[in-house]
Amino acid sequence: MIAYLSRRLLGLVPLLLGITLISFMVIHVAPGSPMDLLTDMNPDASPELRDRLAEHWGLDEPLPVQYAMWLKRVVVGDFGNSLSRDPRPVIDKVAEALPVTLVLNLMSLCLVMAAAIPIGVYSATHPYSRSDRAATVFVFLGFAMPTFWLALLCMMLFGVELAWLPVSGLQSLDYNLLGPWGKVLDRARHLVLPVSIAAITSLAGMSRYMRSSMLEVFRQDYVTTARAKGLSERVVVYRHALRNAMLPVITLLGLSVPGLIGGSVIFETIFAIPGMGRLFYSSVMGRDYTVVMGVLVIGAVLTLLGNLLADVSYAIADPRLRRR
Amino acid sequence: MLRLQINKTRPVSGHRVQGLILAVALLALAGCKSGPGSNDAGPAADIDLSPATGGAILEGSIGDASNLIPMLAGDSSSHSVASLVFDPLLTYDRNQDQLEPRLASSWEVSEDGLEILFHLREDVRWQDGEPFTARDIEYGFKTITDPTTLTAYAEDYRQVSVFEVIDDFTFKVTYDKPFAPALASWNNLVVLPRHLLEGRDINSATDFARHPVGLGRYTLESWTAGTDISLQANPDYYRGRAYVERVVYRIIPDQQTQFLELKTGGLDMMGLTPLQYSRQTSSDAFKNNFARYKYLANSYTYLGYNLRNDLFKDQRVRRALSHAINKQEIVDAVLLGLGAPARVPYKPGTFWHNDSIEDLAFDPARSRQLLAEAGWSDSDDNGVLDREGKEFEFKILTNQGNDLRLKTATIIQRRFKEIGVKAEVRVIEWSAFINDFVDKRAFDAVVLGWSLGLDPDQYDIWHSSKTSEKEFNFVSFADQEVDDLLDSARRSFDRHERKKAYDRFQEILVEQQPYTFLYVAESLPAVHRRFYGIEPAPAGIAYNFERWYVPTALQKHSLSPGG
Repeated sequence: MIAYLSRRLLGLVPLLLGITLISFMVIHVAPGSPMDLLTDMNPDASPELRDRLAEHWGLDEPLPVQYAMWLKRVVVGDFGNSLSRDPRPVIDKVAEALPVTLVLNLMSLCLVMAAAIPIGVYSATHPYSRSDRAATVFVFLGFAMPTFWLALLCMMLFGVELAWLPVSGLQSLDYNLLGPWGKVLDRARHLVLPVSIAAITSLAGMSRYMRSSMLEVFRQDYVTTARAKGLSERVVVYRHALRNAMLPVITLLGLSVPGLIGGSVIFETIFAIPGMGRLFYSSVMGRDYTVVMGVLVIGAVLTLLGNLLADVSYAIADPRLRRR
Repeated sequence: MLRLQINKTRPVSGHRVQGLILAVALLALAGCKSGPGSNDAGPAADIDLSPATGGAILEGSIGDASNLIPMLAGDSSSHSVASLVFDPLLTYDRNQDQLEPRLASSWEVSEDGLEILFHLREDVRWQDGEPFTARDIEYGFKTITDPTTLTAYAEDYRQVSVFEVIDDFTFKVTYDKPFAPALASWNNLVVLPRHLLEGRDINSATDFARHPVGLGRYTLESWTAGTDISLQANPDYYRGRAYVERVVYRIIPDQQTQFLELKTGGLDMMGLTPLQYSRQTSSDAFKNNFARYKYLANSYTYLGYNLRNDLFKDQRVRRALSHAINKQEIVDAVLLGLGAPARVPYKPGTFWHNDSIEDLAFDPARSRQLLAEAGWSDSDDNGVLDREGKEFEFKILTNQGNDLRLKTATIIQRRFKEIGVKAEVRVIEWSAFINDFVDKRAFDAVVLGWSLGLDPDQYDIWHSSKTSEKEFNFVSFADQEVDDLLDSARRSFDRHERKKAYDRFQEILVEQQPYTFLYVAESLPAVHRRFYGIEPAPAGIAYNFERWYVPTALQKHSLSPGG
């Protein structure tokens, strides 16, 4: 097992190198540079400012040299400073945005599971019924609806008309004055809309997966056996079928782990949430190479580790994989 | 206020345009067309409405600030926050016309225009209690002209040949040549506390950049990245403490969301979009709670022709194209009427705008005639003019993310079609647009915008020496008379002499039409009615922000320190 693991870990190194190399080249080859935001169409900025900025950031070196320098720093965990007007370390910026996105995505994932499993099971136990169709229409409506539109409608209804929930942001301005329970409540109220809207849009995939997986299991012999034994439909569905039908869904869940750190720009913009989506988008638009690379590397590492974790759990479950 | 003083002309790029609209709204740049009337729709008359300290204002900001050291900042959010924390030496008055004292109590320009002597106020202290002296300005000047400082604003200060501190509260600057825009350049860019920064690398002083110590109306209280920036009134402000106790910039990148926040009381002030202004804020409920203002912004949108392109070398052709465009139609369709057609690169209603010039009228018949004179005819009867076997077709480029410009280009495209000119509209992402097309001069025509400074100097955009790559006369306009006029006008401190030169300069531009000047949009701020003391002026509404107040009975946000 240890040999398998170390083999797999070693295999990740060239993969990661390849990912960083390609990302690095693509972002640097794209038209524009970090200097643009300050100097483009700005008569105040002298042309030589571009050169000074480029020199300051080491952008005057040939690309391979730049990549080597970048790699040398990253290996020791230094992602460098942002190339924007806010030259703080990349790590600080990511550390500000990451928890926000992570918490939001985790909560919405939980909500998706909590809703998708019952919907899927219900649809599978009543296939092609009126309510199955209704559920299908509902989840696909959520899937097809543009997030920003749904978000704005909900903000208008719950925020402005009914005034039940705050419109945007993650906390009230007087957050620091609230007691501990007040803080929890305040946070919760702010999270309701973003979390549920994020969940509604990804409900379709998960619930349809659950439904088909469940239908698949119903065709298995052991379900027929269970029914033949005279077990109640409840026991057949929830004790025998559901557990097995959950397996592929859990795999799907494992695969969505890396997605947890990726934020959506539109979504974060609408709700005024300072998360990874906005950080990444603004860095790309500003050609803030170090931040872009930092986010990409962290994303790549998490993706690779997520895959590895999935593989390892398979290996634990299936000894044949280990021997290969 | 700072932004446009330091910028003679500024781009209005795609993703910056919204920020700009807001900055314009908040920082008050332009001539007031019409106020909201008075605050008479306010609450019952039996409460005390006299000025009182206290209360808070929540302002919507499209983007987060990035760096509060003014000389290092590049975005309008940073400049608007920094303008509360730092003060300039002098600033334009409410009419955006004459300079008036701030940190400098007075100044003298020598006869020959080569020397300026500044006298500083002696009663100003930094927010940490240290006195403010000429040594601070000396430090600021040395820093901004230091080649290792990564600032975009050094050019005006590089013109200074000698900087001399006479005593603690007097300093003198000497120029090699008289340089009229120099006076206004002595703004808050060079106001930095020497005792806190000397000996440090300013580029990496991120602790100061995020928690500056200034001497302005407000002190930075807290800054939560991407969420909000909170400022508290500076009790020792040398011009008298501001009434409104706390200013909170809430960073809400989406204007629809800002608008919903405004309606629920989550914001007190924001810049409205034309659509919001004309369609969504006319209800009585809204008008009872909010005062809306509108005044022309200090920026304009234009259609610029690449004069190196054979199509546009003939002045008659450019005039023909301008005659084909109905500017009022664009204002009505794109800005919902909330703007004015532009004739010249100055704001209508200002001192520098040449009012006597007749603009090229919308006249398609005249267009066709001019094009015929230039040799263009539709010889193959396909609806598109041609000359020597080549059809009159070209591309209008504009940058992605600016819907107003795309609509403008589309309307122009249709008008051109009517005179037999085939234009294709292409939208390109900002960086690629600038690097691959504008810088390489690989474009036919562009729809873009410039924002205007308060000094009339436009040397960088129109002088024939400014046509190389990365410079701003990218349409390659060259005219000897314009060169001479621009040159002489920046060498004179005499307003009327300068005005004469710029008037002639505008006449030449209108005659030659290197750009078709399209429109000037209006800034549309909305402010909650509990704020009193707002006096709309050509400079907008925010120029006297420290005199705004909330009567005690109406104060509602009572956030305690650290809130």
